[in-house]
Amino acid sequence: MTTPHRTGAAGPRTDGPRRRRQVRGGAPLPLLVPALVGLAFLVLPLVALLIRAPWASMPELLTSTEVWQALRLSLICATAATVVSMVIGVPLAWLLARVEFPGRGLVRALVTLPLVLPPVVGGVALLMALGRNGVVGQWLDSWFGITLPFTTTGVILAEAFVAMPFLVISVEGTLRAADPRYEEAAATLGASRFTAFRRVTLPLIAPGIAAGAVLAWARALGEFGATITFAGNFPGRTQTMPLAVYLALQSDPEAAVALSLVLLAVSVAVLAGLRDRWMTAS
Amino acid sequence: MLQVTGAGAAALLALSACSSSGSDSQSGASSSGGGSGGLSGTVNVFAAASLTESFTELGEEFEKQHPGTEVVFNFGGSDSLAAGITSGAPADVFASASPGTMKVVTDADAAAGTPVTFVRNRLEIATLPGNPDRVASLKDLTGDGLKVVLCDKAVPCGAAAHKALTAAGLELTPVSYEEDVKSALNKVVLKEADAAVVYRTDVEAAGDKVAGVEFPESAKAVNDYPITLLKDAPNADVGEAFIELVRSAEGRKVLTGAGFTAP
Repeated sequence: MTTPHRTGAAGPRTDGPRRRRQVRGGAPLPLLVPALVGLAFLVLPLVALLIRAPWASMPELLTSTEVWQALRLSLICATAATVVSMVIGVPLAWLLARVEFPGRGLVRALVTLPLVLPPVVGGVALLMALGRNGVVGQWLDSWFGITLPFTTTGVILAEAFVAMPFLVISVEGTLRAADPRYEEAAATLGASRFTAFRRVTLPLIAPGIAAGAVLAWARALGEFGATITFAGNFPGRTQTMPLAVYLALQSDPEAAVALSLVLLAVSVAVLAGLRDRWMTAS
Repeated sequence: MLQVTGAGAAALLALSACSSSGSDSQSGASSSGGGSGGLSGTVNVFAAASLTESFTELGEEFEKQHPGTEVVFNFGGSDSLAAGITSGAPADVFASASPGTMKVVTDADAAAGTPVTFVRNRLEIATLPGNPDRVASLKDLTGDGLKVVLCDKAVPCGAAAHKALTAAGLELTPVSYEEDVKSALNKVVLKEADAAVVYRTDVEAAGDKVAGVEFPESAKAVNDYPITLLKDAPNADVGEAFIELVRSAEGRKVLTGAGFTAP
């Protein structure tokens, strides 16, 4: 039940057999050596973290309320940011994949910009837009008394800003691969465009949405730059795990290593648990 | 050849926080350059972020006085600079914003000689231009409705603010504990916060973007700034000369002009 063929009935898939094709005989040395170097490069720092971890003082470091506060906040905010991304990101992806409009290429580039933008720049941009003195933020403040910096909502927005492009890209890719004739068939049978989207398209692209959501969630969990710039750092309200790690590094490197391990463990658990199930389906 | 070394050192500087102790082999490469009594080569100065403006000015002055030399700065949080130095970053001089962070370096036996305090810095409240909330004392910050940012206790400016508040017997809940003094100040510059407790030098450097309010409790939390030559300094002679300039009457003038006080 955990194979990509779960959704196979809904549309023709080609990646199943392709995935299983393997190189016969040994891998050629010119490929194997750099591949192993690449693997070592990515894994070595994580192993070093394990080696240098203050295992003896771990229980004490990890049971402090600040750590749990930060971890809880991280999980809540990453999840909320993922939900926000899904609610507005899936329609956006649909727009980009299904509707022809002038400047679509530019819009697509703009949507994916946060992927390459330094997160700090994202944070500054959010401040300029939604800060108390920002382009939109000043009206939010004077009309509704809403200020977003230094709030948990601010953290969620900062995380959604950097994480949503992952979801949009993933969903858009899936939509382009999905056959539009199913939607057309639904339309000829009398379904409205929205009904067709809800009843036909959504189930069809569910694996893509799930894959994008996992990526977005993981990105949101690790988000640092935009968060500390836009939302600040206050324990229990805006101090997520990455912020706690960064500040611990200033005064107590051992605690920073311990906190990093927690974040690493959570990320690995989620990615490993969901990867086989969802990621390969996209 | 010196240029190449300089470029390499500059590249290493960028990586200083995470570089390992493999760079020792470089030492001597540039100090052997001069031959005659004149100073030459690149000197790498690791200095606290709060020294950015004044040290940049002193660096230009130094290069003017000693043609053929180049001062390369790595400004940052004192803690991360100290961590970089103890991990083998190729630095000649270290100027820290607190004796505590300097101790990290001396404890690791990375300093040449005993560090000396060259300036002191005290805290000041930075408020919005014109001080619209009429902040006049540290106590005024504890009221409701005022968005105040402090530095995190893990960094020197936060530790000092904590000390001043304790001395005054005040409790203050900020909206954020910022990661360094510049980001605390910038929250006020951007008008996101109403006030921040920062160094007097930062208020000075921000010009009319903020208004400064002095408070008497700041005397209880004065930060000493120690400076030292480093043991593995690739260019010790020039480093020594730079420290001399910082401690000279001329250096003192630049530093007090920026809001520092003499030790």
